[in-house]
Amino acid sequence: MKTESILKNNNEELLQEIQTENRKLALMEVCGTHTMAIAKSGIRNLLPPNLKLLSGPGCPVCVTSQGDIDSVIELVKETEIILVTFGDMIRVPGSNSSLQEARSQGADVRVAYSPLDGLEIARKNPGREVVFLGIGFETTAPLVGSTIEKARRQIVSNFSVLSLHKLVPPALEVIFSDPDIKVDGLICPGHVSVIIGLEPYRLLAEKYSQPCVITGFENNDILEGIAMLLLQIRKKEALAEIQYRRVVKKEGNPVAQQILQRVFKATGARWRGLGYIPDSGLEIRSEYKRFDAREKFNVAEIEDQPIRGCACGEVLTGKISPHECSFFGRACTPLNPVGPCMVSHEGACAAYYRYSPLKGGKK
Amino acid sequence: MCLGVPGKIIAVKEKEMATADVNGNYVDISIIMTPQVQVGEFVMIHAGFAMQVMEQEEAEESLRLMLELQKIRESYANENREYFEEQQ
Repeated sequence: MKTESILKNNNEELLQEIQTENRKLALMEVCGTHTMAIAKSGIRNLLPPNLKLLSGPGCPVCVTSQGDIDSVIELVKETEIILVTFGDMIRVPGSNSSLQEARSQGADVRVAYSPLDGLEIARKNPGREVVFLGIGFETTAPLVGSTIEKARRQIVSNFSVLSLHKLVPPALEVIFSDPDIKVDGLICPGHVSVIIGLEPYRLLAEKYSQPCVITGFENNDILEGIAMLLLQIRKKEALAEIQYRRVVKKEGNPVAQQILQRVFKATGARWRGLGYIPDSGLEIRSEYKRFDAREKFNVAEIEDQPIRGCACGEVLTGKISPHECSFFGRACTPLNPVGPCMVSHEGACAAYYRYSPLKGGKK
Repeated sequence: MCLGVPGKIIAVKEKEMATADVNGNYVDISIIMTPQVQVGEFVMIHAGFAMQVMEQEEAEESLRLMLELQKIRESYANENREYFEEQQ
């Protein structure tokens, strides 16, 4: 492999190599777990000032549009369903409320670790309709798809899914096509890539002449991923490579890809910060429509009502850093978040607030 | 949200389920996406599903790095406890 020469296990050596970079460059990560890992490690502060690490639209909770959140809140307020979701979603503010507030007013909203927990809740509550809120990228969507197939096999007819799943490559196309976003290389998401493999990035790298490196989440992984990108840039190459070889295979996970194909099809989706992107969302195929909460409950589409003054959209596209938002650390904190990037623990604002407190929290 | 943790398969059960040892905790997971996995092998787990089979050495390296990070995080939290309490 072309990158073998720079594979070192020593963080210090990697860091020294990165610190020799003197061109003005911006690398973007598009994974909430990377956002957190980079913030936790302090790597950003160790880089030379000419080398910027931007956070892209990598947190599924953060990129969920305001209108979609409002639709979910309306669904739980107007029906007797049990809504099951991953933890971060319940605190995300809608235009007027949040799932947490709806719960305090009597709605049955439950937090789960796995979509299988949602199926179990449905099995234990045969007289109630249970809706699992499907949030997440290609990492999570096959799990939800598999749960839908299991519900069909086991005839759990009171279980359904409201799919707000999104696909990473179409969002990357938008990032690479936007003249206002200057990116010189991409730190590609590790666990999304466990499913989709290398090929989607190879196509992107070729089409947009952008180096792409699928990177793991430990300090050494991130430093090595950055070093691999810098080496490509130095050699004027634009290749898709895998740094996170511990888990990511070139072909991805074909079983998971088949589940995605069987249960979902691509559809247009609204992204916070990026707007409407064709074929960037996943809707449940008609063969599984009795497990599609959107069909079952005729879920209304609600227009986006952006939160006034909230700059999550700009943060999500790397146009500004969280510290540049006028709400950051003042009107918007993890205890009283204004936008989703401060709610989700993987949001860029929450990560900056938690790990860059002296710069951001006490401005 | 796309967080994954390595676990060792302890027992394969019926209906595509297995028990995995995740850093000492036994958890039931679905192995539908890794149908070839055997008892004793390591997998990367996300939200109750095994996503990929891993080599033992690689899984142990991931766990070691995660524990190391946990220690750094705890020491960071201790060092900055006063500040965080003030923020609360």
